[in-house]
Amino acid sequence: MSRIGVFVCHCGENIARTVDTAAVAQECGKLPGVIHSVDYKYMCSDPGQLMVKQAIAEHKLTGVVVAACSPHMHEKTFRRATAGAGLNPFLCEMANVREHCSWIHESRTAATEKAIDATRMIVEKVKRNAPLSPIHIPVTRRALVIGGGIAGIQAALDIADGGREVVLVEKEPSIGGHMSQLSETFPTLDCSQCILTPRMVEAFQHPRIKLYTYSEVESVDGYIGNFKVTIRKKARSVDEANCNGCGACQAVCPNKKIPSEFDAGLGKRSAIYVPFPQAVPNIPVIDRERCSYFRAKAKGSTKVVCGKCAEACGKGAVHFDQQDTLVTEDVGAIVVATGYRLYDIGKDQDSELLKGYGEYGYGTVPDVIDGMQFERLASASGPTAGKILRPSDGKEPTSVVFLQCIGSRDPSKGIEYCSKICCMYVAKHTMLYKHKVHHGQATVFYMDIRAAGKGYDEFTRRAIEEDGARYVRGRVSRLYRDGEVIKILGFDTLSGEPIEMDADMVVLATAMRPQAGMAELAQKLSVSYDKHGFINEAHPKLRPVETNTAGVFVAGACQSPRDIPDSVAMASATASKILGLLSNEQLEREPTVARVDESTCSACFHCERVCAYGAVEHKDIRDRSGNLVRVVASVNKGVCQGCGTCLATCPSKSLELDGFTDAQIHAAIMAF
Amino acid sequence: MSHNENTQGLLSELRQQTGQNAARCYQCGKCSAGCPMAQEMSLRPHDIMRAIASGHEQRLFEGDSIWLCLTCETCTARCPNECDPARVIDFLREKALAKNPKKAPRPIRAFHKAFIRQIRTHGRVYEMGLIADYKLSGGALFQDVSAAPGMMARGKLALMPSTIDGIADVRRIVDACLAKSHGDHGEEA
Ligand SMILES: Cc1cc2nc3c(=O)[nH]c(=O)nc-3n(C[C@H](O)[C@H](O)[C@H](O)COP(=O)(O)OP(=O)(O)OC[C@H]3O[C@@H](n4cnc5c(N)ncnc54)[C@H](O)[C@@H]3O)c2cc1C
Repeated sequence: MSRIGVFVCHCGENIARTVDTAAVAQECGKLPGVIHSVDYKYMCSDPGQLMVKQAIAEHKLTGVVVAACSPHMHEKTFRRATAGAGLNPFLCEMANVREHCSWIHESRTAATEKAIDATRMIVEKVKRNAPLSPIHIPVTRRALVIGGGIAGIQAALDIADGGREVVLVEKEPSIGGHMSQLSETFPTLDCSQCILTPRMVEAFQHPRIKLYTYSEVESVDGYIGNFKVTIRKKARSVDEANCNGCGACQAVCPNKKIPSEFDAGLGKRSAIYVPFPQAVPNIPVIDRERCSYFRAKAKGSTKVVCGKCAEACGKGAVHFDQQDTLVTEDVGAIVVATGYRLYDIGKDQDSELLKGYGEYGYGTVPDVIDGMQFERLASASGPTAGKILRPSDGKEPTSVVFLQCIGSRDPSKGIEYCSKICCMYVAKHTMLYKHKVHHGQATVFYMDIRAAGKGYDEFTRRAIEEDGARYVRGRVSRLYRDGEVIKILGFDTLSGEPIEMDADMVVLATAMRPQAGMAELAQKLSVSYDKHGFINEAHPKLRPVETNTAGVFVAGACQSPRDIPDSVAMASATASKILGLLSNEQLEREPTVARVDESTCSACFHCERVCAYGAVEHKDIRDRSGNLVRVVASVNKGVCQGCGTCLATCPSKSLELDGFTDAQIHAAIMAF
Repeated sequence: MSHNENTQGLLSELRQQTGQNAARCYQCGKCSAGCPMAQEMSLRPHDIMRAIASGHEQRLFEGDSIWLCLTCETCTARCPNECDPARVIDFLREKALAKNPKKAPRPIRAFHKAFIRQIRTHGRVYEMGLIADYKLSGGALFQDVSAAPGMMARGKLALMPSTIDGIADVRRIVDACLAKSHGDHGEEA
């Protein structure tokens, strides 16, 4: 026979204003099986919790129902109190009489009746609750970081410094990400390479960081604490162990006219190359699509057309026959830090919506460039050694026009969000330009200046007030080449005047988009992403660095457009979450997971197909002598999130969700 | 409208002569919101700041706006970003007069002259004298007469002028300034 205690909370005035809490307590006290029923001003307060504990002891309760706020708020509180009094915490449940009653109804009578109904339902459920105990799963105390930009590097360093091993996977030949391409960084104008390269080197040399560059994640199995990751090491064609980074191979490569990705197409590189001088690791890779040796081979030629790099290498480190290799790593947690790419408005687009902007002449007017290209022009390590020279004729531009919000805040292109960093880097560009070309005039067309952040607004004001950048509020409708100059047609919405002006060079602040291939990666990791491909956080406010898959975290610009300070802060936050997770040898999880009745399971595996988390496995049932009798579904308790989808689809009703069994739910419904 | 011409010209001239940086104005409009003359002006204080920053020089000197300013300095007092529109407008008037001494609308010129004559005579404004002088030179003799009784009753119109101590010094200052402005734009006070 059940002995249930009911505790009705006033929540100050929050509940008591609309619900007659005393009446609820009184009515519930009359329910069969309820032997104690009270109301109190703040049930979640210390005295309130004490009331629960004392009642459990005094009345030998077998179940506790707290009629108060949403279980999201205080279920943990009351379950802890229940456990403190020696009762299994899963015998305590909450009836939501605040969000579901008092906050949404006006009539006191109706709200009170509804509160009584809600509480009665939970009483009936709790009568059928069974004691449950938390699930313990072992933890592999290492982490995987995907993406070696500043966010990934920071997360890896923090986790490694915290004492745990890290596997860092970067798809490019070097780590560093976009930050390595930047010239100087807002809001302090410190040299990007100078602050980044020490971190890159540190990550490379760290005894607890295992670096895989030119590698990608092939597949991910497992669950929080126990992931098995397969990594594809793409064939570099250079033996990493033997290469000493002398550069002789690059010097002799005859194919030196390949647009350099690092220089955003403004510089050139060879077919065997290191992307930039400070690359980590400083080991070249052969671009097989551009290398004459591989091109001839791909065409079926048996003649060896080139092999100069191999001949030049004193270490015999160039291996044309190297193959991709697959390695597996066991980790307990994963960080996605794959960063962003810029909306390339000119070339082919990957969706119909992003059809580009013909009106801005990108790709057709040679002196129309994007922000990253301007970074390379302004960078001492760039193709012009830091001189601002326009690409078409190498002349110094005396008038540069910057256009903001190219792609951003443009629902007609499918990008309704603000890219957040452009206002700041455009202000930076106007300054860098003015510092290098004193007589030059920078003009910015903007819609709003969004410069929230420490020292940020001051920074944009400085560009305008001290460095003379002319800011015109309005978008440009069209630009075209007119002889030597670019004609700009715009509108100054502050003075209400159309504007026609000449520029020598135009810089487009194009939108930040997630990296290519994010959807595939997210699917491998079972994490959700928004319609643009940015990784979703588990909660926009309270769980900003977790994803909806336990054990998978997110950092940096792959979650939304962010600048370096934000990316680093997020990476450190992620690292601290992971260090917390990996500080345990075992993980404790809520036991409200699905369970298969193996005796009735018909092995149709509908459950496996509908499970969003990949929690359903096949289990072999064998007889005593080890012969396979049959196969049944089995739920991996480490992975199951307790959503209940499998139950709904099971034709033989062989699945139950602990804590929410059919019997419990049925009883609750019938009590209504 | 070309955006390339002259911006830096007027902007930097303003900065050199007054220390004012019109680029500081971020167009919040608080100056114009408080300006008692804004309704009369085609270019309000924030428009004036903007026109300088963006090089719309011509507009600045086209209408009456810069002459309508009363130099009450509410704009300056209200500005959150430490601009001084009143000073900027003053600069523009100086510049306009330098180009063309007859630039200011006739009644406004008449009023300014009458005002200076009052200062020169009494060292302070004698309202009756100012009104008489202004009306005689401005023409509109009976405009606003109906306001007189009320002002008298509130003691705003003294019957007799009073001259300050040290009037000689004030005269010297006024004369020196007039001589300079004669030199600059050959204008009669
Ligand atoms: C023109 C311009 C100027 C800027 N100037 C500034 C500035 O002055 N100050 C400032 O604070 N910020 C600035 N930023 C923003 C800055 O670039 C970003 O905040 C920062 O680079 C984000 O770091 P991240 O590590 O998240 O991403 P990224 O730098 O994009 O790094 C992501 C890394 O992940 C790798 N990767 C991607 N996909 C995979 C995969 N599937 N597997 C393995 N690896 C993968 C990429 O190769 C890359 O190395 C600027 C941005 C632009 C466009």
